[in-house]
Amino acid sequence: MGIVTPGFTGRAREPGTKLPPGQYLTRDFPVLSAGPTPRIPLDKWEFAVITETGQRHTWSWPALLALPAETVTVDIHCVTKWSKLGTTWTGVSVDTLLADVETGADHALVHSYGGYTTNLPLEDLLDGKAWVAYKYDGEDLHPEHGGPARLLVPHLYFWKSAKWVRGIQLTPEDEPGFWESVGYHNYGDPWREQRYQGD
Amino acid sequence: MDTRDETTTARTLVLDVPDWPGHLAGQHVDVRLTAPDGYSTQRSYSIASAPDGTKVELTVQRIPDGEVSSYLTGVFSIGGPVELRGPIGGWFVWRRTDAAPVLLVAGGSGIVPLMAMVRTRMAAGSRVPFRLVYSIRTPADGFYADELRSAGVDLTYVHTRAGPGPVGRLTAATLDSHGWPASLEPACYVCGPTGFVETVSDILVALGHDPGRVRTERFG
Repeated sequence: MGIVTPGFTGRAREPGTKLPPGQYLTRDFPVLSAGPTPRIPLDKWEFAVITETGQRHTWSWPALLALPAETVTVDIHCVTKWSKLGTTWTGVSVDTLLADVETGADHALVHSYGGYTTNLPLEDLLDGKAWVAYKYDGEDLHPEHGGPARLLVPHLYFWKSAKWVRGIQLTPEDEPGFWESVGYHNYGDPWREQRYQGD
Repeated sequence: MDTRDETTTARTLVLDVPDWPGHLAGQHVDVRLTAPDGYSTQRSYSIASAPDGTKVELTVQRIPDGEVSSYLTGVFSIGGPVELRGPIGGWFVWRRTDAAPVLLVAGGSGIVPLMAMVRTRMAAGSRVPFRLVYSIRTPADGFYADELRSAGVDLTYVHTRAGPGPVGRLTAATLDSHGWPASLEPACYVCGPTGFVETVSDILVALGHDPGRVRTERFG
């Protein structure tokens, strides 16, 4: 427990709400980004899975929408301390996108339009843990929130859920992405409060 | 250590942090408050000051129903302990060794990390050209008004609700006239509420600035 702050009592707590350590509940949907929002026309949009041998599997926007989609309700946790519970997304499971991909790689580097990257172990993208999401709360995903499509990986801090996703590159070695290269934790488990390098 | 009211709803806290390792302009700290029952909560606050030994200044804007901001701008008294962690952030920073002209665009309390950049430049005796466009509701809402007048930066205020001159939102025309031309390849830093940052960064890109040279920090 931290040192008690004199005179601080905090706001009334809702019983039964379990948040990861250090998080607070928000009812709005904050937007954070490193730079301007990229705008991608749908007729130019493409998603690619690139294996460690350079094999490319690609989907145009219509092809993505034609894949079996799921609607999931998940809790999301941002490293800047806000958590939003019960958010609903529609998208394609990454398991579906990787179904026909042959790879021996253990790591993934996710790429976004605008140059953002983030890395994760491949196993954190599999077995129902990740989606390429294109709807939030029943509506088309807003560009501010990563539309037309973003990665959704709710079990990790939300910077791993790359907005404006354009591809997943499978890599034999772990390659740190954007925030991971400027002091943020390489893995980012909110339940172990892995915010920054060294946590 | 000390407090200073910037406006009727914002207060600067001057903290003494033993073993503070120093910081870069633009970085922030995470402040943690702990109630007697063990409940604790954290928020991030941008550092307002240039590096200066163990002194760290934070300017906190009181938010309606803000759990932490109402404490820090209210009950928290000079000399009270506060737990903080930092400095944090490696992207939205300005280093004295960065030579490119700098454009700072602030919306409301977004001025805080940009003021750290202005102060760092001043303390270093730097001649890097800085332009600041500062959007606030009325003149009374501006932080650091006196200091900004003599800070050695080209300063343009935008008053969105009331003011001595034209009143209205920040526009592309203002950024075109009072920002740096894109051909100069300035480093742009935009900070403030998310809607403001979205609009301003879209304008800068539309004016020809390379998106990779527009760094954004959004509050809320």
